[in-house]
Amino acid sequence: MTSLVAILILALFVVAFGAGLLFLVSLVGPKPKYSSLKDSTYECGLPVQETGHSKIPVKFYLTAILFILFDIEIIFMYPWAVSFTEFIEQGMGLHVLLSMGFFLFVFIFGLVWEIKSRALEWN
Amino acid sequence: MGSDAFEIAINLVKMIVIFLLMVQLVPLLVWIERRGSAFIQNRFGPNRVGPLGLTQLLADAVKFIFKEEFIPSRSRKFLFYAAPVMSLIPGALAFGSIPLSLPINVEAFEMFGQTWGPYRFAFQSFEIGVGIVFVLGISSLGAYGMLTAGWASVNKYSIFGALRASAQMISYELALGLSLVGIILIYGTFDFSVMISEQTGPLSFMWFGSEVVIPFLPNWGIFYQPLGALLLFITMFAETNRAPFDLPEAEAELVAGYHTEYGGLKMNMFYIGEYGHMMVASALMTTFYFGGYHLPFVDPDTVNTALMYNGYSATMASVLTALTFHLVFFAKLFLFLWIFIWVRWTLPRFRYDQLMDLGWKKLLPWALANTMVTAVVVFLMRSWS
Repeated sequence: MTSLVAILILALFVVAFGAGLLFLVSLVGPKPKYSSLKDSTYECGLPVQETGHSKIPVKFYLTAILFILFDIEIIFMYPWAVSFTEFIEQGMGLHVLLSMGFFLFVFIFGLVWEIKSRALEWN
Repeated sequence: MGSDAFEIAINLVKMIVIFLLMVQLVPLLVWIERRGSAFIQNRFGPNRVGPLGLTQLLADAVKFIFKEEFIPSRSRKFLFYAAPVMSLIPGALAFGSIPLSLPINVEAFEMFGQTWGPYRFAFQSFEIGVGIVFVLGISSLGAYGMLTAGWASVNKYSIFGALRASAQMISYELALGLSLVGIILIYGTFDFSVMISEQTGPLSFMWFGSEVVIPFLPNWGIFYQPLGALLLFITMFAETNRAPFDLPEAEAELVAGYHTEYGGLKMNMFYIGEYGHMMVASALMTTFYFGGYHLPFVDPDTVNTALMYNGYSATMASVLTALTFHLVFFAKLFLFLWIFIWVRWTLPRFRYDQLMDLGWKKLLPWALANTMVTAVVVFLMRSWS
């Protein structure tokens, strides 16, 4: 609990540090001068073709969905890994090892499925 | 945070000092990077301003501060300012949870007519038992800073740089998370301090019921998890968006990636975030696989006793010991930071499909194999006797 308070204080300090620095710098520097050319979107010196938000390839959404599935599966392995030694000492090692073996089988099956269904092809 | 005013005050000061230490290391690292790249490419690098060009850092900082505060009028103003600040947070919080040296023991003393202490101050911003999970969770927040910057800029180069950066980060996070399961299996803890204290002494392990001791090697994690160390090292490059994985900033395609529209100090804050991330990565490598702040074959208690024997008080001896081992930690940290720089100026950049293939089809299966082999070996060795 106390370390959570410490983390919160540090996070607030970092935000205050960054925001304060940005504010102080805005007081010191010269006032910005706007012109239509300076304000235009960067396009290597050519006339602007499209600004901002064009269509986003669906691949990125697919990658994000797959990430969530696999990341949750990996997070499930963490408590197992931490308590594995204790389970062995209590004579339940084989049971726990085989349970995780089944879980990993599902994991690998999913990964092979994704690769076979060409969900991860980027070219 | 503490039970009385003295302890709370020291803990607060410590927290801020460690954060400022991290921020102050960034200009030094930029200098090392510029000099190092010049050395690798047979140039001079910055060598005009001050001895070895060291005051170039100061000149750069002054220039950053006095830059014109220009932001594009079509951008989303609040998010445009929030993104650089957001990119500072993950590095600072993650670095704060890593023990940088031995804890300092302060004996009871008299002050303001009152007895204070004894105290024990950990040499880190805050002690957290679930260190690994915390660092993994916090450092993935780095994607938000980049994504916000790209979204707020309203520029197609920025948004594509940000999308690529976040897709790359989340893809490599899988291999990163899985490569750490092996080291957790071996040490059976999430706590960095416990992990470091298990890496003292000569290399010794149980081999089919008998204990094997190799006296000339330190008891470091890399000897138990060589593949895990390699996988962590590769994925860390991708997580920090450093070359050869600096696809978000592929200047031939995307100008400068997510910070195309940024300038001055706001741009510099992204650099602080990136170098902070590099420091966290190097510190993790040191902590998991290279014995943390321990010097091989030197027992901290011996150093402490020797100092006390030479007339220092117990508190002073503890402080000096902690500072000595802090230097050891920084030597290891800088070794890895130098490898980061070295690799950047040596290897060419990946293509995007190669990058995704490497992450999903090579590193992830290898990390899985590492996990399974480690689990079976741990099971066999522990249940043999």
